[in-house]
Amino acid sequence: MADAAPVTFRGGGFHPRPQRLVPVAVFVAVIGLWQFASWRGWLPALFLPSPWEIVTALGGMISDGSLGRHVGASLMRIALGWVLGTAAGLAIGLAMGIFSVARAAGLPVVSALFPIPKIALLPLFILWFGIGEPSKVATIGFGVFFPTVIAAYTACDSVPRNLIRMAQSFGLPPAAIVWKILVPGAMPGILAGFRITASIALILVVAAEMIGAQYGIGAFILSAGNLNQIDHLLAGVTLLSLLGLAVSAVLGAVERAVLRWR
Amino acid sequence: MDLRLEGITHSYDGLLALDGIDLEVRDGETVAIIGPSGCGKSTLLGIVGGLLKPSAGRVLAIGAPRADSLNPFTYVFQDFALLPWRNVAANVALALEHHGLSRAERRERVAAALALTGLGEFAAALPKQLSGGMRQRVGIARALVVRPAVLLLDEPLSALDAQTRELLMEDLLAIWARERSTRLYVTHNLDEAARLADRVIVLSRRPGRIREIVRIDMPVAERGAPTALPVVAGVREKLWALIRDEARDAEREVQHG
Repeated sequence: MADAAPVTFRGGGFHPRPQRLVPVAVFVAVIGLWQFASWRGWLPALFLPSPWEIVTALGGMISDGSLGRHVGASLMRIALGWVLGTAAGLAIGLAMGIFSVARAAGLPVVSALFPIPKIALLPLFILWFGIGEPSKVATIGFGVFFPTVIAAYTACDSVPRNLIRMAQSFGLPPAAIVWKILVPGAMPGILAGFRITASIALILVVAAEMIGAQYGIGAFILSAGNLNQIDHLLAGVTLLSLLGLAVSAVLGAVERAVLRWR
Repeated sequence: MDLRLEGITHSYDGLLALDGIDLEVRDGETVAIIGPSGCGKSTLLGIVGGLLKPSAGRVLAIGAPRADSLNPFTYVFQDFALLPWRNVAANVALALEHHGLSRAERRERVAAALALTGLGEFAAALPKQLSGGMRQRVGIARALVVRPAVLLLDEPLSALDAQTRELLMEDLLAIWARERSTRLYVTHNLDEAARLADRVIVLSRRPGRIREIVRIDMPVAERGAPTALPVVAGVREKLWALIRDEARDAEREVQHG
């Protein structure tokens, strides 16, 4: 090789980097374009009101107090259903993760019931618990239960066996191995499951509130649709999006606090 | 504490891994166990420490462990086996938490073990913040904190780079000079065996049987000196000559299933 030439750079890329401004810019651009198209009359207000009209509808809900009533009712149902479903799911899922007999007994039942769309069971729950709150809470709880069971026992499986062997080599009693090794080691998987079940709870609360509910975001959206109030309907959808973001932010904060060792 | 292994035999699903291992280890002795891949070195260590039940044979502990020993048979693991959610001090303290010690006594023992392994300044660090060598120091501190009678080291340096391995070998020798225990040291690395052991047990390829026991007469403390290099190299050559052919066969067996 007599001639000297610089070696061509072929590396770089394929490594996601944080871009703080891009998401904001895209969000502002989409809303701005939507508002502009509405203002120019390109989008019929009857079918797709402008962002400003949706904000105005939300403002009206705040001033007449209906926003608090609807959001409060939905949050109460989500909280109750999610906590009950998660508590039961964790208990059963951890038992299946720890005890072979519990897994052998539980796995066929979970496999059979998990794929059922839980909203299909709402009429059954209404028959069992009545049209009021318990049937809605039961639908959410049941919907949250199975993914939590699966998340918990698969998270137990993912705990490195060498850690359990280490604990046994130091003579830790089985209960201490569960609480000091298995549960903290399974926490990343369990928290990932929480993200999924929070979304499921949000979907189910809206569906459940569309049957026999006076208050709640689902009831509000259904009522706005029946009255052809598309700005109110989209205000309800916006509330759901904000609620989803808030839940995601809370879970993110919990993950950062609990899993700061990662 | 002396150890006596009598007729240790072990099978995995009908596959004979160890066959009739008889061995005596004297109190305070360091015995290295080497052999080709799959010869049952780690299985033997698991049986000695009570983590595996042998298919046949028994392990006898002769004599009482020191009075303050909380876990007479204690492992140091190849992959460190640290809890990533606990800091260094809490990882070391894990070994003490079920022994009913007072908090002050626990703290004192942990501080002593950390000081002995050069980790005093890293008590609050998480494992992810430490290098491989430092992580293994935590594993060693966790083993020392229970004042073991028998230290079972399962390839403790094999996950480390050559320089760190060299440093940790020196540290292990310094620690062993201060903390009396009997040591079984499983390794692939013939240099480690030649530098650290009083005797080297050479196992045959599967099923593992004792093929030869090599005694190294030079005191361990003298083997780091430049003048000891020929002796250490000679032991290494002897060990390699003993396992070379079987190591090649074992490698082929692994490659071809």
